[in-house]
Amino acid sequence: MTPRATLAELLIVACSEAWRGDGEVLASGIGVIPRLGASLAKLTHSPGLLMTDSETMLVSEPIPLGPRGDHVPRYEGYLSFNRVFECVWGGKRHAMIGPTQIDRFGQSNLSVVGGTYEKPRSAILGVRGLPGNQINHANSYFVANHGPRVFVEGEVDMVSGPGYNPARFAPGMKRDFIDLRRIVTDLCVMDFGGPGHAVRVRSLHPGVTFEQVQAATGFPLLKAPGMSQTALPTDEQLSIIRGLDPHAMRASQIKNDPPAVRNPS
Amino acid sequence: MNKELSASQVVAQLRDGMTVGIGGWGPRRKPMALVRELLRSDVKDLTVVAYGGPEVGMLCAAGKVRKLVYGFVTMDAIPLEPHFRKARERGAIEVMELDEGMFEWGLRAAGMRMSFLPTRCGLGTDVLTKNPSLKTVASPYDDGEVYVAMPALKLDVALLHVNAADRLGNTLIKARDPLFDDLFARAAERCYVSSETLVDRFQLTADEARFNLFERYLVHGVVHAPCGAHPTYNGPDYGWDMEHLKRYNASGAEEGGWQKYADEFVAIAESEYLVKNGGAARIAKLKTPVF
Repeated sequence: MTPRATLAELLIVACSEAWRGDGEVLASGIGVIPRLGASLAKLTHSPGLLMTDSETMLVSEPIPLGPRGDHVPRYEGYLSFNRVFECVWGGKRHAMIGPTQIDRFGQSNLSVVGGTYEKPRSAILGVRGLPGNQINHANSYFVANHGPRVFVEGEVDMVSGPGYNPARFAPGMKRDFIDLRRIVTDLCVMDFGGPGHAVRVRSLHPGVTFEQVQAATGFPLLKAPGMSQTALPTDEQLSIIRGLDPHAMRASQIKNDPPAVRNPS
Repeated sequence: MNKELSASQVVAQLRDGMTVGIGGWGPRRKPMALVRELLRSDVKDLTVVAYGGPEVGMLCAAGKVRKLVYGFVTMDAIPLEPHFRKARERGAIEVMELDEGMFEWGLRAAGMRMSFLPTRCGLGTDVLTKNPSLKTVASPYDDGEVYVAMPALKLDVALLHVNAADRLGNTLIKARDPLFDDLFARAAERCYVSSETLVDRFQLTADEARFNLFERYLVHGVVHAPCGAHPTYNGPDYGWDMEHLKRYNASGAEEGGWQKYADEFVAIAESEYLVKNGGAARIAKLKTPVF
């Protein structure tokens, strides 16, 4: 029990678990918490992971976030965007991103929300690499604000990343490489381990109930067998996280930076 | 042989309705001096093909874009590009929204003079349903697998920015990431390159020559444009100008914001633009981003 851990730190540990057992693949954690999760994974249970400096160099040790002072990166190789695509198409990558919307099939959206496709209420970034990522390699999601606007009732507004939705595939299209792993949110950890890849809750963060998660989700959830409480960070993990995030960027990722153990509301 | 042109001579070769590819990626190595010259011109109805950054928002705001072929438009540190969003939400532009890898495949196909290249990217997504012109193709071999047939993205013109060039059209891209500029050059009928430095003829060491990423026969014009990627970043010469990008971003929220930005930074000579941004000395000191 480490009462002083924050929720962000608990989430970093939960994210790191997504990469456990992956061996030698490129770990791409996009955003502060997923990146710290990947970095923690590499420094603890999954040293075989490949990581970049979030630019073009492969590093043998994860790079701390933000201004680096006199930190000297330890390069072990090179990975231009072109070569990232090669990793993607070869299936040797596990990315964790935070899409704007996710649906029951694991389909993700980073393009447009609301209105029509031609005149959307809100234009976001574009589909980016999601179509290629999700048809080719392992992916997990991070959601900082678990709610029905993210976990939508029907399909996402613009399917950017494909998921486990057979209706979207014609005969002959290969779906075997779609590999959706974990969804880490500010309330819980979920996976796609239910019947027909249905979304299940694996663990609830301290002080959170299943009913609360279900109420914040636009589609029905299952309880994974042995659904548990998400593990609190250990002292060792906290010390590593603090070293990886010397400017405490993690503190601004979740509103009001709550503690890991929240008071029941 | 001397391929040197001025930016206005390059833009004079563009015609309404052309398909223009723009090199770089997001806030990285965009040929902004050429884009500003394009913004000053009367050319319109363009199909813009880009891994989009602020140049896409500016061209949208100025009403130059009929159609945008893209996978994203972003300035990274400022994720949402303000003027692209406005144009997209108004329905002011036609779009062909593609996966980043499909986009690369389309440029490759064009450069190899192929009609398409097969890929799994795009399967099972709305990229296919929103782009009904995209077709699939079945493997002729025993596997019979069905792929997306990513069509060639043929460009009338490509605009690129590089670190060094000579008047023969040889170029060096010294950035750590070459991005996909070579594919833009290959996909285009005509490629125009702006450059930080311009000399008559390169005399390179073998190590320097490795930064030459595409052949001079692809290059139809070179423009001497010091700081020509500003406010995007152009390693190792200079970083991004976050102050300027913030100001540009704020123009998206102001009434008449684009016009004010354009009056201040576009409707002037490039030399004056540099002075307004602190001159080459300040730009040379801009820090490369830390991610």
